[in-house]
Amino acid sequence: MPREGILVNNPIERLSGEQVRQIHDASIEILDDPGLLCFNKNAAEIFQSHGAAVTSVSGSDTPCWTVKIPEKLVTDALEKAPKTVTLGARNPDNALVMKGDEAKVFFITGSETNMWLDVDFPTYVNKSDPKKEIKIPEFKPRRGMVADLCDSAHVCEHLETVDGYIRTVNIQDKDITEDNKDVNKFFACLNNTTKHVMSGLTTLSQLDNVVKMAEMIAGGPDKLKENPLISFITCLVKSPLQFVDDTTETFMEVCKRGLPIVVSSSPQAGTSAPIKEAGIMAQINAEVLAGITLGQLVNEGTPVLYGSVPVRARMDTLGDSYGSIETSQYNIDCVQMARFYKLPNYSTSGVSDIKIPGQQSSIERLFSDIVVALSGPQFLHCAFGLLDCNSVFCLLQAVLDDAHFQMIKFFLKSPRINEQELETVKKQIREAVVTPQKMFINYIRPVMRSGEISPPYPFEGDGDSDDVFALANERLQELRAKSVEHIDPDTTARIFREIPGLLPRLNVYKGDK
Amino acid sequence: MSEDILNQLKENVIQGRKTRDDMGIDETLSGTPGVLELTESALRNNISPEAIIKQALTPGMDVVGEKFSTKEYFIPDMLASADAVGAAMDILKPLLEESKVETKGKFVIATVKGDIHDIGKNIVAILLKGAGYQVNDIGIDVPEDKIINTVREEQPDYLGLSALLTTTMTEMDVVIKALKENNLRDKVKVLIGGAAVSDDYAKEIGADAYCTDGFQAIKLLEEFKAA
Amino acid sequence: MSGDIIEAIKENVIQGRVTRDDEGIEEDTIGQPGVTELVNEALASGVDVSDIINNGLTASMTVVGQKFENEEYYIPDMLASAEAVGVAMEILKPHLAKSGVKPRGKILIATVKGDMHEIGKNIVSILLRGAGYNVIDLGNDVETQDIVKAVREEKPDFLGLSALLTSTMVNMEDTIKALKENGLRDKVKIIIGGAPVSQEYAERIGADGYGADGFHAVSMIETLNGGD
Repeated sequence: MPREGILVNNPIERLSGEQVRQIHDASIEILDDPGLLCFNKNAAEIFQSHGAAVTSVSGSDTPCWTVKIPEKLVTDALEKAPKTVTLGARNPDNALVMKGDEAKVFFITGSETNMWLDVDFPTYVNKSDPKKEIKIPEFKPRRGMVADLCDSAHVCEHLETVDGYIRTVNIQDKDITEDNKDVNKFFACLNNTTKHVMSGLTTLSQLDNVVKMAEMIAGGPDKLKENPLISFITCLVKSPLQFVDDTTETFMEVCKRGLPIVVSSSPQAGTSAPIKEAGIMAQINAEVLAGITLGQLVNEGTPVLYGSVPVRARMDTLGDSYGSIETSQYNIDCVQMARFYKLPNYSTSGVSDIKIPGQQSSIERLFSDIVVALSGPQFLHCAFGLLDCNSVFCLLQAVLDDAHFQMIKFFLKSPRINEQELETVKKQIREAVVTPQKMFINYIRPVMRSGEISPPYPFEGDGDSDDVFALANERLQELRAKSVEHIDPDTTARIFREIPGLLPRLNVYKGDK
Repeated sequence: MSEDILNQLKENVIQGRKTRDDMGIDETLSGTPGVLELTESALRNNISPEAIIKQALTPGMDVVGEKFSTKEYFIPDMLASADAVGAAMDILKPLLEESKVETKGKFVIATVKGDIHDIGKNIVAILLKGAGYQVNDIGIDVPEDKIINTVREEQPDYLGLSALLTTTMTEMDVVIKALKENNLRDKVKVLIGGAAVSDDYAKEIGADAYCTDGFQAIKLLEEFKAA
Repeated sequence: MSGDIIEAIKENVIQGRVTRDDEGIEEDTIGQPGVTELVNEALASGVDVSDIINNGLTASMTVVGQKFENEEYYIPDMLASAEAVGVAMEILKPHLAKSGVKPRGKILIATVKGDMHEIGKNIVSILLRGAGYNVIDLGNDVETQDIVKAVREEKPDFLGLSALLTSTMVNMEDTIKALKENGLRDKVKIIIGGAPVSQEYAERIGADGYGADGFHAVSMIETLNGGD
């Protein structure tokens, strides 16, 4: 049985049916005029052979084509793209089945950051009362390493609300090169979590090794097709409207292999897309549709997710502002567009602009987590632990986020009001009002242990101090101490024998021999 | 008369109005001459390029900088003004060369090989141009040999390298090594920038400086000159 | 035999089952005898009353208290157990004198005049009964003169006064004054409680103690009672 996810009964929708239609029409028009700039020759040829108007752009240093995609190609592709996408898992109970027309939500980590935030709790002594000691968290950023990736996959395996795992941190060890990064990245994730693993690819030449590794774990190529325990994400369209050479090539190669892939576009309203909502929506939708169309032309029926990572620019730096309210609005709009096409959406929430955990990070992320989750995006890349606009990952924040998602999950439970339920409570009311005490406490007990009552905030300190970080850190250490079911020794040995470039220190059985 | 034109020019730099079609912050200005038209009419009225720069463009940008630091202006305002000044400088450039007035310096800028991110680099280019530098933007995904050739041929004072990815930032190291091999390293100051890089990284690869953003780049250049 | 039934009483107090119709924490106990049935059965088969109280009721409340401290039990569990003990004590009351068991003390409890809030006072009553006290609950919105009258007639060891409003808490002070005027103040120890009152307020109006909650009230009464 796959993971359940949560069905959102009345999803938040901001756009009217007519507005959805208008955005769609505008996107279709944009795909035809101006069309896209395509820096990938193969993609340009595929589009041309299917009737798109492709013209070579002269005077450019790098070869480049203008591709004008007719409406028919897009609507055909939307028809052919699967409406249900299954993301498998090493433990099949952790598989995710996503139906495009259903407003469900699965919480998945993300996304690749360069920096890893360590947390320490130095003790300070109160000047006026030296007997009083306070522990205040200190956050220290450093470059992410493969050991961190293992650590984070391990902890996320145990975080209940994490439904799937996107590699969280970019591995920058000295012995990681462009050629061995992909295999080590995927192995580190797959070996430390039994949940679904998604990642981008650094080098196309490593795709076959990564797929081979996944096949060994799944039990063969056919088994991997049935249970695609890995998937990919590519940002093949750079905003505004440009097919990038290498990621487009990677995208097409993944499509040929039939593994699930996210067609992701990440325009920034104000710089790489218009600042107005109508503008960024028409553009991002056109960009994603262009990617989906290419995918279906390359391999009809290849599973794709409608990926949206829209963001608004900050006016003071022109950097990303994931914490801005508009960013959540764009995301919810994209969820609606994807649902209009009956395709599962890969949506974004929970990224904070601030560099460290604290008030701002909690407020920004909780706001977007709630509203975007309530729009029912299917695949919610909800930024467990992400700070500083997606460039810092902090495990302590991930543990805090887990508590947020427990709350959202609880909130999304369907109301249990029915005839039988009302009969029971009417009886209770009649019983209680005639007693001298007039209390319902007696009826609490069976409910209390049934999971129907939401737990208190798990990191509540006592008395006058706010101990949230310290308590969350305790929880983090508990999760780290719990064991993880690694890939079995035989398969691991085979992987290390047959896949070149894996770092021996990632072999957990090495010490046994 | 000439004072009027220069004042108007300064005001339009502050408003960030490049041409008569631009809106500016004061909406009523739309339709009135912008920086381009005013620069041309200043030249027609025999105002010297030097006067245009020193009495209108530079003081206008100074005001913009102040407004930015007091948070009255945001980056898009700043960019509009810088863009207007850059356009004016393009008109003045041939005349300056004739009259042998020196520009603030020549700046070659590129996003390194493998990296296709250009927004950050483009913003820096606009700001540098607006600050009076002569900027040659050679684009994104630029291979090392092209950068070396440009440095050799154009002899810029500064080379700006941008990278947004940890996988491409190593290319900066490659470029600096190649500059050394070609005996060009001491002919040009190398500045690096982009999300992936840091001060530490600049030191590690032997760049002259790391800039967090375009404003810092301009400040650093002024410091280089003062030193 | 008597050991078995005492064990059963103890277990059912811990489960918080007053009668056979109650659900405990363990499932499928409905229908099996609860504390009420078991205590009656124990009396009928001649088990010693002090044995029932000491080994059946008091011992089990100690277990419940521990479970509460370990966060295995929540307040509703504690209340269910206390209620079961309270009901058992009601059944045992007529037999106490005969068996020579000294009752733990009599407590009068009331929400003062003008105040309709009773949940807090009711919880305190249940907990006190569960601790073995003889509790007489006068109800809410109780006239000062009625409280004075009840103190005169019932001669309780303790008087608990409750108020939830700042506008009604002043009636606590009036009650204490009235007791003084009637020469009753030194005959009874007074504990006050409720959201607006505090230790400070208790001292100011000359009460003997302030209970922050039901548990606090119980432990305070135990202390004032001489720590037995």
